[in-house]
Amino acid sequence: MSDQHHSSEVGRPDDDGGAMNLPERFENPGLEPHRHRLGDSDPKIAKRSERQIVFIFLISVLASIGGLVGYFLIPVDEPNVLNVRLSTLVLGLGLGLGMLGIGVAAVQWARALMDDTEKIEDRHPMSAGSAVQQQAFEMLRDGAKEANVARRPVLKGAVGGALALAPLVYLVPLIGNLGADWDISKFAHTAWRPVRGGDPEMYYQGQFRYLALDPQDTRIRAADVTNNNIVHVIPRGLPEQEHYLEEKAKAVVLLVRVDPALLKESPERASWSYDGIVAYSKICTHVGCPVALYEQQTHHLLCPCHQSTFDITDAAKVVFGPAKRALPQLPIAVDEEGYLYATADFDEPVGPSYWQRER
Amino acid sequence: MTETSASGRSAATADPIVPKPVSGTVDYLDQRVGAASMIKGLARKIFPDHWSFLLGEIALYSFIVLLLSGIFLTMFFVPSMAEVHYPEDALPVTMQGIEMSEAFASTVYMSFHVRGGLLMRQIHHWAALLFVASMVIHMLRVFFTGAFRKPRELNYLVGFSMLILSLLAGLTGYSLPDDVLSGNGLRITDGVVKSIPIIGSYMSYMVFGGEFPGTDVIPRMFTLHILLIPGLILALVALHLFLVFWQKHTQYPGPGRTDKNVVGYPLFPVYMAKAGGFFFIVFGVLALMGGIMSINAVWNYGPFDPALVSAGAQPDWYMLFLEGSLRLMPGQPEFVILGWTLSLNVLIPAVVLPGLLFTFLGAYPFIERAVTKDMGEHHVLDRPRNTATRTSLGAAFLSVFIVLLIAGSNDLVATHFGLSLNAITWALRVLIFVLPVVVFIITKRICLALQRKDREVVLHGHETGQVRRTADGKFYEVHQPLDEYERWIKVGHHVYRPLQLAAREDANGVRRPGGHLDNLRTSFSRFFYEDRVEPVTPTEIAAAHGNGHAEITEGEPTHAGELTSTGGTSR
Repeated sequence: MSDQHHSSEVGRPDDDGGAMNLPERFENPGLEPHRHRLGDSDPKIAKRSERQIVFIFLISVLASIGGLVGYFLIPVDEPNVLNVRLSTLVLGLGLGLGMLGIGVAAVQWARALMDDTEKIEDRHPMSAGSAVQQQAFEMLRDGAKEANVARRPVLKGAVGGALALAPLVYLVPLIGNLGADWDISKFAHTAWRPVRGGDPEMYYQGQFRYLALDPQDTRIRAADVTNNNIVHVIPRGLPEQEHYLEEKAKAVVLLVRVDPALLKESPERASWSYDGIVAYSKICTHVGCPVALYEQQTHHLLCPCHQSTFDITDAAKVVFGPAKRALPQLPIAVDEEGYLYATADFDEPVGPSYWQRER
Repeated sequence: MTETSASGRSAATADPIVPKPVSGTVDYLDQRVGAASMIKGLARKIFPDHWSFLLGEIALYSFIVLLLSGIFLTMFFVPSMAEVHYPEDALPVTMQGIEMSEAFASTVYMSFHVRGGLLMRQIHHWAALLFVASMVIHMLRVFFTGAFRKPRELNYLVGFSMLILSLLAGLTGYSLPDDVLSGNGLRITDGVVKSIPIIGSYMSYMVFGGEFPGTDVIPRMFTLHILLIPGLILALVALHLFLVFWQKHTQYPGPGRTDKNVVGYPLFPVYMAKAGGFFFIVFGVLALMGGIMSINAVWNYGPFDPALVSAGAQPDWYMLFLEGSLRLMPGQPEFVILGWTLSLNVLIPAVVLPGLLFTFLGAYPFIERAVTKDMGEHHVLDRPRNTATRTSLGAAFLSVFIVLLIAGSNDLVATHFGLSLNAITWALRVLIFVLPVVVFIITKRICLALQRKDREVVLHGHETGQVRRTADGKFYEVHQPLDEYERWIKVGHHVYRPLQLAAREDANGVRRPGGHLDNLRTSFSRFFYEDRVEPVTPTEIAAAHGNGHAEITEGEPTHAGELTSTGGTSR
């Protein structure tokens, strides 16, 4: 506050007649004089503020009571969506206005009725100064001396070694168990892998897995696949299989029939499609979302998560977006009755890239 | 012993300063834990007042609301991925008999058949959004006003850690209902984890207990979400608040405010009422939002199925920048080196870029300290205009963040405005590099211009709009000079100058050690402080007044020439 006295010395060049003895910088003028509120001098206004505050507290009380009444009056045992909505609304309004009323009233109380003159408190530097630091150093030195660790490197090493090793007996079992069998080679295979002696309901000749509709799990006749429509496919019998979700997460496939003339097929994949029907993994090669959108005009598949776009007619290669690799293709054929089956597993891991992918 | 207790009791009873129940309680606690000295130290502690100091309070209070609503939810949520069929007689009708995980079933069931269950779910979700938002805005306030400067660097890091933890809390909590959206969120997380070189595949196994999705991830996320992460946040909140008390709060510049005092109102009663009341306001607003605004109606999405996804899906806003970053990245930079796959098209946007952004945020106080070599304590905040380079860096940083947010909703932008998704993505790919540079330059110019405006107002006063004519026919506008209190706000700040270091070689041509680091420091310092506007000095104002200005300043129209001549920028 003593700063206030300096202010008269500056900014009045006419008084002292020259710029020569002015200070380098302005000085802090100190606190502004306090402006009092109307309520500080007029008891009527203060009384009105008090009534306002009481009124707001009253709203809070009423809202809380209303919320409690609503809890008991509105049943949610009967299957009635309206009651669920009403219960949520009444409880929300009761809790919300009950809390809000307390808050608004308390803040208004502080603003209108509590003393609002600003007060000043001194700060002190965080450090208590070099003398105290010196004492601290000395204490540390004395403590270290009393511990008798100086010139005992073996003891220090033993402490360090023990401290470093002991936590491992906690951490290694914890982390070691988290990954179960750690067999990441599972990434490379899907439920489409041909088997021996499989159920003929699920496997053609007990060997090659039938394609089935997701989620009906019924086999798909090639003749029923209409032109330029997308079909969501799972391996036949998958829902009954163990680890259903893990297998489904890798094995889902999209089936599209396009005009065979449009298909640009490499010679080695010529036998992978059937009569213009192609099957590609539904799992995006970017970070693994299901590539669920098909654009009929352009024959593009679009991943709704990050918009990687794949061209169905050109081996599902990437035409836009953050994915690098084409969607893996599932080689398919039809049995004697015209049902589609997979002649082999994907020839590469499906889904996002990982370090050991090409190994 | 008897003596002290006797004297304590007599002090409490004889003195009628406070009512007996209060003095009795204080006496009881004082004799056991020394409560009187705590009250003496804390009750009348002064805190400065400003609306922007409420931002951190919003974060604290929404965290408390998260804890309260979260306790409610844990009573009814079952963190299990076991398959069940939703009861045939329970709401909603669309879910009856559907196969789903227990986690999803319990989430839906509590929404429809626990009174207040849906309300608490919605309060919890809104509070989570507000929690992260208020933390981010609080951090921006701290950044732009320089509140992170000595001695508060460590508390800045505490807050920074809480921000990271809150993102993890959001990620783990979002996954718990096990609906289609949260499952795809986990799947994206899995794809990102797998892109980490060498150990990525094993880390994926570690998270999911085997292959995605497995049956372990939700119980694991549950433990992280309700125990580990909130426990850590709670501990850091305690540390954060303790340091705020210990170091005393910063204050905005103003008359009477210095680095050696704190001007404001006492904790008891003013802040007990204001801050305490504000908790109820935040709780009340969140409860109203939970009561009237639907959020995350998971039964509309259905239980998780790895074959399903919905178009136009968005993560919660605080994850949107990562989503945008993933969407922006072109796919080309994925390489196979000696048979090992390096997926930079995922690694750069999901790991490297956020790593850089967060490193910048966390390291900034230390960078600035290195270039100012300022050893003093700072308790008076900066006006953002007076630290042009810092403000511009912050604005450039924000512009990157905003580009990423827009990129994260590029599909919605495309459908709402009928634009090509590919064009938007390409435009944003360019903007993420160009925009921060442009924003930096423009912000810096605006800051310097505002500083010049401050100079002009200090030198010539406020325009009053009153035009007068002198006897000899000249017209001039009357300027109202600033009072000393208003003037202080515009002239009180310290202006840093670039560091001047000794020459790298001495007179004998011998190189000084450490020359390279110093050179770096000097060029950084020049980058920060080369452009600057000095505040008006008493000499200048005297000169301006002597220059034909009377007490009620009668200025000539403009004084552009004067500004540069009185040493505006150094360039």
